[in-house]
Amino acid sequence: MSIPGGGAIRRVWAIVLLAMAALTTGCATVPAGGPPPSRDPWEPLNRQVFAFNDAIDREFTKPLAEAYQAILPQIVRRGVTNFYGNLGDAWSSANLMLQAKPRQSLEMGMRTLVNSTFGLGGVLDFAEDMGLERFTVEDVGQTLGYWGIASGPYVVLPFLGPSTVRDGVGLVVDYQQSAINYVFDGVAPRNAAGLLNLLNTRTNLLSASRVFDEIALDRYTLMRDGYLARRRSQLFDGDPPDDDSATAPYKSLLQREKAK
Amino acid sequence: MQRRSLISTLGLTALLLAAPALRAQAVAPDAFVKQVSTEVIDAVKADKAIQAGDVNRIRALVDAKVMPYVNFQRMMASSVGPQWRNATPDQQKRLLVEFQTLLINTYSGALTQVKDQAVVVKPLRAGAADSGEVVVRTEVRGQGEPIQLDYRLEKAGEGWKIYDVNVGGFWLVEAYKGQFAKDLNAGGIDALITTLATKNKSLASAKS
Repeated sequence: MSIPGGGAIRRVWAIVLLAMAALTTGCATVPAGGPPPSRDPWEPLNRQVFAFNDAIDREFTKPLAEAYQAILPQIVRRGVTNFYGNLGDAWSSANLMLQAKPRQSLEMGMRTLVNSTFGLGGVLDFAEDMGLERFTVEDVGQTLGYWGIASGPYVVLPFLGPSTVRDGVGLVVDYQQSAINYVFDGVAPRNAAGLLNLLNTRTNLLSASRVFDEIALDRYTLMRDGYLARRRSQLFDGDPPDDDSATAPYKSLLQREKAK
Repeated sequence: MQRRSLISTLGLTALLLAAPALRAQAVAPDAFVKQVSTEVIDAVKADKAIQAGDVNRIRALVDAKVMPYVNFQRMMASSVGPQWRNATPDQQKRLLVEFQTLLINTYSGALTQVKDQAVVVKPLRAGAADSGEVVVRTEVRGQGEPIQLDYRLEKAGEGWKIYDVNVGGFWLVEAYKGQFAKDLNAGGIDALITTLATKNKSLASAKS
């Protein structure tokens, strides 16, 4: 494990600059009125990518995930999930700081600290037993959205699935800054660690995706509507206003803090 | 043995005494949600057949413990939109039957995911329950990230009825609206009834 020095600081600055750049362009492009534009103007292309992802999942990823689930005992998979969850918590903590939520950032930071040490590098979720629960998962897409940057159109990314223009940009930073890159040295181990993370995540979703398939009348629409609703909810910390035009969560969340 | 029967008699008496008291006094909406969700989760945890995925058992549970507290009419009307009001009584009746089955399937599917979870009901905002409608927010806590599970309730006599459920930020009525739109635009209420009936039939045959 290498401790990043100046490189890490430069990277953090890069995020801040990116956020600020996006913030200014975002403000400029939010329309002042008029009918809301369609959330999915690229639907024909998106449906094709969705079908492609489906095929990949059916032929490769899902069988692989089922094999992974059958071969590895639950306790080992639990450890893998905890390990990546711990890396994710560190990233959540950084994003909460960028969202000017120091108390929550500190709490998630404490979680990582506890689990990285007492939890044997994150394999055990020791912090949860201490009452430090994972109350949120944050990423760059949410940080940008929190400061009022509109999501832009819905996009289905090849291999990765539902996203938006904003969240897709965020995802690039998420991957680039992923703690995996700090913990693992060299390209091959990093890629292997990233792939294991994806496989483990897919395995955890096996039964949920079965339920999804059962209840959906139109899988594409359900996935899209669900994704967009969930992201909006996350931006407002789980309690979005009914008014669709409210776009800058930081304003309404600040008001809520004051009202308390 | 005698001791045990004494305790259960006492328990039963207490229950009988408490029941009218509960009915007479309006139940707080958050207490109502706590009660219903705890009952359901405890029932799932106590039932090995449900955990093994016995769909008929799950449906029976949902039918008995959850459905009495749901206002289908309202959920259906807001999911379908303006076309609901223009539908004939017969169409409405058939649609409600299919919708109820769909809802039970949806809820049952979600319940198969319950393992070692507990439901935490979040405190209501001050004065939230004064009007006839209220949002009760809960969290399902288990291993990993907690799952948001909120309810929209309306006052029904002395109790409450659920008219929308939010899973992870996604309201059910909003989800159904999106799912129903294509059929409603293409073939109106009848097309929707056909699609729902086909879906329900395929689920029933796939699982039995």
